[in-house]
Amino acid sequence: MPSIVKPVATHPSLQRNELGFTVRDYEGGMSTLCAGCGHDSITAAIVRALWELAVPPHMLAKMSGIGCSSKTPAYFVSGAHGFNSAHGRMPAITSGAAAANRTLTYIGVSGDGDSLSIGLGQLCHAIRRNVPMLYVIENNGVYGLTKGQFSASADIDSKSKRGEPNRMAPIDPVTLALNLGATFVARSFSGDKEQLVPILKAAFVHRGFALVDVISPCVTFNDHSSSTKSYLYTRKHKVEATESNFVPKAQEIVAHISPNGHGANVTMHDGSVVRFTSLPANYDPTDRTRVMDYLQQHTGTGEVVTGLLYVNPSVPDMHEMNKTPDIALTEVPFEKLCPGAEVLDKLQEDWR
Amino acid sequence: MKLLPFPLGSIPGSEAGSARGPDKAQEAWPKRPGRTRALKPTDVRDPNYFHRVVDCQWACPAHTNVPEYIRLIAQGRYGDAYMINRESNVFPAILGRTCDRPCEPACRRGRLPEPGGDSQPVAICRLKRVAADLRGDISHRLPPVPAKKNGKRVACIGAGPASLTVANDLLPFGYEIVMFEKYDKPGGLMRSNIPSFRLPEQVLNDEVAMILDRGVEIRYNSPINSLKELLAQKFDSIFAGTGAPRGKDLELPGRQEAAARIHIGIDWLQSIAFGHIDSIGERVLIIGVGNTAMDCCRSSCRLGGKDIRVMARRPRGFFKASPWELDDAEEEGVQIVVNHAPKRFIVENGKLAGMEFERVEWDAGARKSTTIDTVTIPCDDVILAIGQDNAFPWIERDLGIEFDKWGLPVVNETTYESTRPGVYFGGDAAFGPKNIIWAVEHGHQAAISIDNYCHKLPVGERPPATMNLVSQKMGISEWSYSNDYNPSHRQKMKHVDLVERFKKLNVEVELGFSAEQTAREVERCLNCDIETVFAEKRCIECDACIDVCPVQCLTITRNGEEEDLRGRLSAPAVNLDQLLYVSAALPQTSRVMVKDEDVCVHCGLCAERCPTAAWDMQKFELFISYAGEETCNKQHESVPA
Ligand SMILES: Cc1cc2nc3c(=O)[nH]c(=O)nc-3n(C[C@H](O)[C@H](O)[C@H](O)COP(=O)(O)OP(=O)(O)OC[C@H]3O[C@@H](n4cnc5c(N)ncnc54)[C@H](O)[C@@H]3O)c2cc1C
Ligand SMILES: Cc1ncc(C[n+]2csc(CCOP(=O)(O)OP(=O)(O)O)c2C)c(N)n1
Ligand code: SF4
Ligand code: SF4
Ligand code: SF4
Ligand code: SF4
Ligand SMILES: [Mg+2]
Repeated sequence: MPSIVKPVATHPSLQRNELGFTVRDYEGGMSTLCAGCGHDSITAAIVRALWELAVPPHMLAKMSGIGCSSKTPAYFVSGAHGFNSAHGRMPAITSGAAAANRTLTYIGVSGDGDSLSIGLGQLCHAIRRNVPMLYVIENNGVYGLTKGQFSASADIDSKSKRGEPNRMAPIDPVTLALNLGATFVARSFSGDKEQLVPILKAAFVHRGFALVDVISPCVTFNDHSSSTKSYLYTRKHKVEATESNFVPKAQEIVAHISPNGHGANVTMHDGSVVRFTSLPANYDPTDRTRVMDYLQQHTGTGEVVTGLLYVNPSVPDMHEMNKTPDIALTEVPFEKLCPGAEVLDKLQEDWR
Repeated sequence: MKLLPFPLGSIPGSEAGSARGPDKAQEAWPKRPGRTRALKPTDVRDPNYFHRVVDCQWACPAHTNVPEYIRLIAQGRYGDAYMINRESNVFPAILGRTCDRPCEPACRRGRLPEPGGDSQPVAICRLKRVAADLRGDISHRLPPVPAKKNGKRVACIGAGPASLTVANDLLPFGYEIVMFEKYDKPGGLMRSNIPSFRLPEQVLNDEVAMILDRGVEIRYNSPINSLKELLAQKFDSIFAGTGAPRGKDLELPGRQEAAARIHIGIDWLQSIAFGHIDSIGERVLIIGVGNTAMDCCRSSCRLGGKDIRVMARRPRGFFKASPWELDDAEEEGVQIVVNHAPKRFIVENGKLAGMEFERVEWDAGARKSTTIDTVTIPCDDVILAIGQDNAFPWIERDLGIEFDKWGLPVVNETTYESTRPGVYFGGDAAFGPKNIIWAVEHGHQAAISIDNYCHKLPVGERPPATMNLVSQKMGISEWSYSNDYNPSHRQKMKHVDLVERFKKLNVEVELGFSAEQTAREVERCLNCDIETVFAEKRCIECDACIDVCPVQCLTITRNGEEEDLRGRLSAPAVNLDQLLYVSAALPQTSRVMVKDEDVCVHCGLCAERCPTAAWDMQKFELFISYAGEETCNKQHESVPA
């Protein structure tokens, strides 16, 4: 019988992480996306990052909106929690979930349509709030799910599959996030897991909101020769502005080698370190203005600037800003959370 | 936490890529200086490449197309499955019970971890028996033997599997075969030594008759006592398939005095087979722990032995017997006694009373032993099963046939020709005792040589093997083979119960697989002949295949030397005998697609998830040439999987 179920067979030397799980234990259902979709590679990178970080599957919450990209949480970590929200509403739902249960690790997976059109306002406020989450934009320049209309990230003059040019200026999620005060901003490419996986790992441990914009070609509607979000275009124009490794907390940090340009170590809130092995001259990944300057200089060149571009682990996240209790609200007994009308009456009485 | 090396280097390789279809306008990827000793693209048109991926077929001395016959069994096409077998191994029913099965330790399934159990190969041999038992009448499918002969006469000495194979291969081409057999029945050791509780006489008779009844002139009770005389009879060619007929003796004190109760294993088994012996004492010691010893101890169980011990010099793990034969013997109550070195036969009142052994201790590799003490074990009979020797008293030494220092004829390993052109050796007679499947393969090869020799062609000119690759794609998510991975464990053979099986000497112990067992076991086969074939020009390096592969077979990386490249694979190979499949430079980045063939489960998901059909699943079929066949045009029925 023909089957498209992934065999349970594994490689004989498959390794286990410190929880005893293999990378296969972080997989989800079989993808129903088009074969060759960049989104599937990002899924594989997320699986990899979570396995390497040994995140317990039941401590993960996968959040998404609507779109091919928003379908992908079904394809990783079957054992995690998840919420598939209305179009563009994932940031609000995640803010609420994070407020209620701060013990979980949150990943939101969205598309350029879901985040930059209908959900743009939601995205902006999640950034402002510094909601502790990894926010992945699987950016293909089109609305894949609805058959390839231009999205707000499409470049001027890039053409649709039928040859129609795009006339409107794009919204760049990276510059947008920097402007709004985001504390972790990166861009990568679905076809480069060597770069993407360490960025995702750092983003997962980041104190607050981590935005990772991943160019993720839509093979069906936007991988043609006049697209600026195709595999070939991205490969040809991708510039690795920064090169970084993620060094987990317990691991010793070896003196960094910087083959071209200078390097830097940024210690994250939990004690792990992002080790930049290569940075452009005069570039400081913790200095927002310089990063914005650098990006400014590269706009309009056609280059796709990638890397972990900006990180600031010193800004308080949503919980710290709002002085929420250390204990997750989900752990507070019901009677205490909702002490009843009498207690409320008494409280109001006190303020009279 | 140790991390696996991550596969994807984003470093562009050396050569400029050829632009893919509509994107020709885009310039080539930036160049890097040329790299030395990068791996060359794999040539999948070399028949050996994919043959090697089909582990079982590669390991089988006769290269039986195992996955094909397993699929045919799955479809209930037992006759077809039998014919596929018969073409390469000639005796499927016999081998389905007795084969040494070198294919099974090689089977890919045995390298894959099974959830909650040991890794176990597919029960290839048992499935062969299923095909044979259920085949129905296939007599009309045997290659026809022409009434008009080709005028060439070939003498085969001995009627064992080697000679029978030579006859099988040459008959259809009009050869006259005259077979000389010392005894009054054909089959060689398959009849005289393999006990009927493992190989029923009827099964042996059937498959031998399939050859002899098609026109072999067989002369029983006709030992060849002089090769010179046979040569004088002007045969066009002579094949010696006389086996290794002499059992080794053990010259220890007491051997002569106790001779009446000391038996040479292979002679003793033959006496049972020919009805000359029907009993043995209650206490039996078997010296040696090879497969002959297993047949001796189990035969003793059936002839009145009660306390039967197989005395081994070395510890477990160093025995020559196949593990399944040891299991079967122990199931029948035989004791395997390790670390006992025989010292002398104890004779009392002119009769065998027991044997003295040194108890020994071995070093880790069981190379050096030290004696602990001496023990005596009383017994009524001793059976010596310590090996076989060749003997060629019937070959005069002045015929131009050279012998080596071990008394074996000097035989060419490819052509099986002796140092006298026209005289060939095969089976146990060629290189000492082996097994049936090797005897068959020697027979095939010798037949090719004889055919060449009779046609005045150089015997070294071997017909090449050819191959075919056919896509198995039927439609979206539809493959013509069962690509599903079945997690069932290997099916256990059921045996006749212990009381029943000892009632008669010839009760076949193994019951064969039930229909349910067969249905499960066939699905365990991974179809290693359905190959992943790569077309680099189509690849857009989207990683879909790499991400979906359940066993991390695939990597896109820059080319390099093999060792370096192996270090960059998604997962390290466990078995280095399997090769790397390396593509030419990929169009976008000039990196290469590398596939480690080691543990691919042939699930087809890489091809299923590839947007450009750069990967395809194609059925590999190897066409082996036999004697007399026009090379290349040999096409046996190709079956959709
Ligand atoms: C006890 C025992 C158990 C075995 N079990 C297995 C098993 O389970 N599976 C397996 O694969 N292999 C087994 N083998 C090995 C296998 O039987 C032999 O390797 C195989 O039969 C060799 O085939 P052959 O054609 O070379 O010679 P043989 O089978 O030995 O046949 C040689 C024939 O030549 C005849 N002959 C000899 N000299 C002359 C002469 N001068 N003139 C005329 N005729 C002559 C003999 O009578 C005999 O019939 C076993 C061997 C033994 C001893
Ligand atoms: C409220 C609402 N408006 C519009 C749609 C139609 N719709 C479905 S998916 C989608 C855009 C998806 O684009 P993107 O987020 O980029 O995802 P992709 O499929 O490209 O990964 C739209 C507009 C909808 N489902 N709901
Ligand atoms: S339509 Fe595009 S984005 Fe959606 S699954 Fe297909 S390739 Fe991916
Ligand atoms: S799995 Fe099947 S095809 Fe592969 S080696 Fe084993 S028996 Fe042969
Ligand atoms: S067929 Fe393809 S996907 Fe399946 S195991 Fe082999 S290489 Fe991997
Ligand atoms: S899925 Fe196909 S196109 Fe994509 S990397 Fe694999 S072979 Fe290349
Ligand atoms: Mg999109």
